[in-house]
Amino acid sequence: MADIVLDQVTKRFPDGALAVDNISLDIADGEFVILVGPSGCGKSTTLNMIAGLEDISAGELRIGGKVVNNKAPKDRNIAMVFQSYALYPHMTVRENMGFALKLAKTPKAVIDEKVNNAAQVLDLTQHLDRRPANLSGGQRQRVAMGRAIVRDPAAFLMDEPLSNLDAKLRVQMRTEVSRLQRRLGTTTVYVTHDQTEAMTLGDRVAVMRSGLLQQVGAPQELYDRPNNLFVAGFIGSPAMNFLPSRVDDGTMRTPLGDVPVSGRLRHALERANAPRDLLVGIRPEDFEDAALVAAGTRDSGITFRANIEVVESMGSDVYVYFTMESVSEVSAAELQELAEDSGSADTGAADTGMLTARLATETTAREGQQAELWADLRSIHIFNPASGANITLDDDSAGTVRGGTTAGTAADAPRDATGPAGPAGPAASDAPAGPGTGAI
Amino acid sequence: MTAVTAPPTTATTKTATTRGRTTTTPRQKVTWGGINFVVVALALIPVLWMVSLSFKTPTAILDPSFVPAQWTWGNYTQILQTSTFVRPLINSIGIGLIATLISVVLASMAAYAVARLRFPGKAVLIGMSLLIAMFPIIALVTPLFAIERSLGLFNTWPGLIIPYVAFGLPLGIYTLSAFFREIPWELEKAAKMDGATPFQAFTKVIAPLAAPGMVTTAILVFLACWNEFLLAISLTSTTAARTAPASLAYLSGSSQFTIPTGPIAAAAVVITIPIIIFVLFFQRRIVAGLTSGAVKG
Repeated sequence: MADIVLDQVTKRFPDGALAVDNISLDIADGEFVILVGPSGCGKSTTLNMIAGLEDISAGELRIGGKVVNNKAPKDRNIAMVFQSYALYPHMTVRENMGFALKLAKTPKAVIDEKVNNAAQVLDLTQHLDRRPANLSGGQRQRVAMGRAIVRDPAAFLMDEPLSNLDAKLRVQMRTEVSRLQRRLGTTTVYVTHDQTEAMTLGDRVAVMRSGLLQQVGAPQELYDRPNNLFVAGFIGSPAMNFLPSRVDDGTMRTPLGDVPVSGRLRHALERANAPRDLLVGIRPEDFEDAALVAAGTRDSGITFRANIEVVESMGSDVYVYFTMESVSEVSAAELQELAEDSGSADTGAADTGMLTARLATETTAREGQQAELWADLRSIHIFNPASGANITLDDDSAGTVRGGTTAGTAADAPRDATGPAGPAGPAASDAPAGPGTGAI
Repeated sequence: MTAVTAPPTTATTKTATTRGRTTTTPRQKVTWGGINFVVVALALIPVLWMVSLSFKTPTAILDPSFVPAQWTWGNYTQILQTSTFVRPLINSIGIGLIATLISVVLASMAAYAVARLRFPGKAVLIGMSLLIAMFPIIALVTPLFAIERSLGLFNTWPGLIIPYVAFGLPLGIYTLSAFFREIPWELEKAAKMDGATPFQAFTKVIAPLAAPGMVTTAILVFLACWNEFLLAISLTSTTAARTAPASLAYLSGSSQFTIPTGPIAAAAVVITIPIIIFVLFFQRRIVAGLTSGAVKG
């Protein structure tokens, strides 16, 4: 058990490439922290530096209060689970799991006991004398976990441990990893490129992009209050929709319709010195079939007509992919990178300006038809396309608005849902009373 | 699926006639069989002739018939009773095994470094080892002779083992580095995380996994040492260190005036037997060793 502190850690490779740029991260004892980001963002390098498999170019790494920059992996007392599992093919499961203890010259009886205990926890008892080649993917993954837990290390490091499993097993093992971590209470750093894993597993999630830490926080906080365009686009599935918009004469013109700019938003825009062209981010669940929105709630959003392209019924809700005539291509470096990471750049989906909405199952939207949709303006985010910064987030008082302390201004207050209560907050009570369309 | 399973009958006949890869026509079989026969016969007839000679009596040596009219073990009993051949045979085995052992141990470490580590001068090291492999041995015989004489290594086991190791290393490094490259690097990282020192990671994880490669390399190096003639004849003067191939020239006939053709043939057969056994048992491995790195890595 130990805390891990990264203090301005930097990794520069001999060829000059900067893989990790000045990262500071405090990981508390027993905490489960996820490093997430697209491939090449430096998350694995960061993990390898914690493990001691990569040298640290600058900065300080402390485990349990001690600086370990120059310590060999074996002197750091941490265990690692690899993406490829890296099981020793010439050893049985028992030998694989006991290898670390054997190297540490632990008495044989103790090794046997620890291995047997770990095998029981991971349901591997009947496989102890088999070799990795004769195990299924899931079993191998469990052996890799077992090899880490028998040592009772100060911390676990996991490098995309589930990415080699098929989808169903991955979900199963995800809960297993979560359960195991809570049970053992060992500090864990988990690297993944899968935002679903990041959201479901961690106490805190650290989003990385090109060697830089973008935002660190609880999964819900990242979801509700993304610092910037990248975090907003990366966290959440299906991803947030981004629409170009332009502020003109106190009105924000978006492809969905014109929205009057409230005093608070104007203030925020001025403070951020924002350009006139902005990006509006709307999560798929903030859309709804206009017919299904209660009359009182309807005023806090805008209603628009959309060309429904594809309807996907998930059973619990319906994903609707639609286009708007006036949506031009959205361009920002972050979005380009996200598109490349998700593969939508290859399929061409990024270029068509397709938007995604998550509607209730009662929706009457049909493929190839027009439908009237409603977007909740209380939950939108506004980004500066040049810097990627979330402008709506600058308004720190947004969270207190809901508390009623500034009730007088609540009528035109930005309900951008970046407060702790999230989009599920009390909607109708303090909704802005605009005629037909709400202000943002 | 039915659409896919139905056509194969027509498909295979089509490939047979057009491409002839999977199945061959009788005519192709005859052609290839003929070529194969010629090649095998060219390689095999001298060997069989040697075997035939080794079983002929001294008087029948000039008899042109392929099968000996009178079979005799005389040549074998004769060479196996003289120290002129038995002692070199022991030398060959001893020198070969020791040189192989040293080569493989050193080569495995060097190959590991070549395959895994980034260090300055790596390209030079690989270049040097290849250079040694390419160097014409004949050019080295005279200097080596002079050096070994002054060092007192001439006509000793070490006098042959040292150059054999030098020539076995490039072969070993080349073959083994191809094997090491195929071992996933994460295994070594895992060993390090499990608390292994770099040496432990090598001996307990990497080396056991490279064992097939080491066996292959050992066989190749041993065969090279076993077959080596030039250094063996130049750097020895008595049976103290002379190896079997070099000793053939020193076999004597039944009298001073007989050419020892029969004993030489018998000795040649004796020397060849271990190689034939090796090749038969390790055929696959030898081919794998020679071609490793050709496709992958």
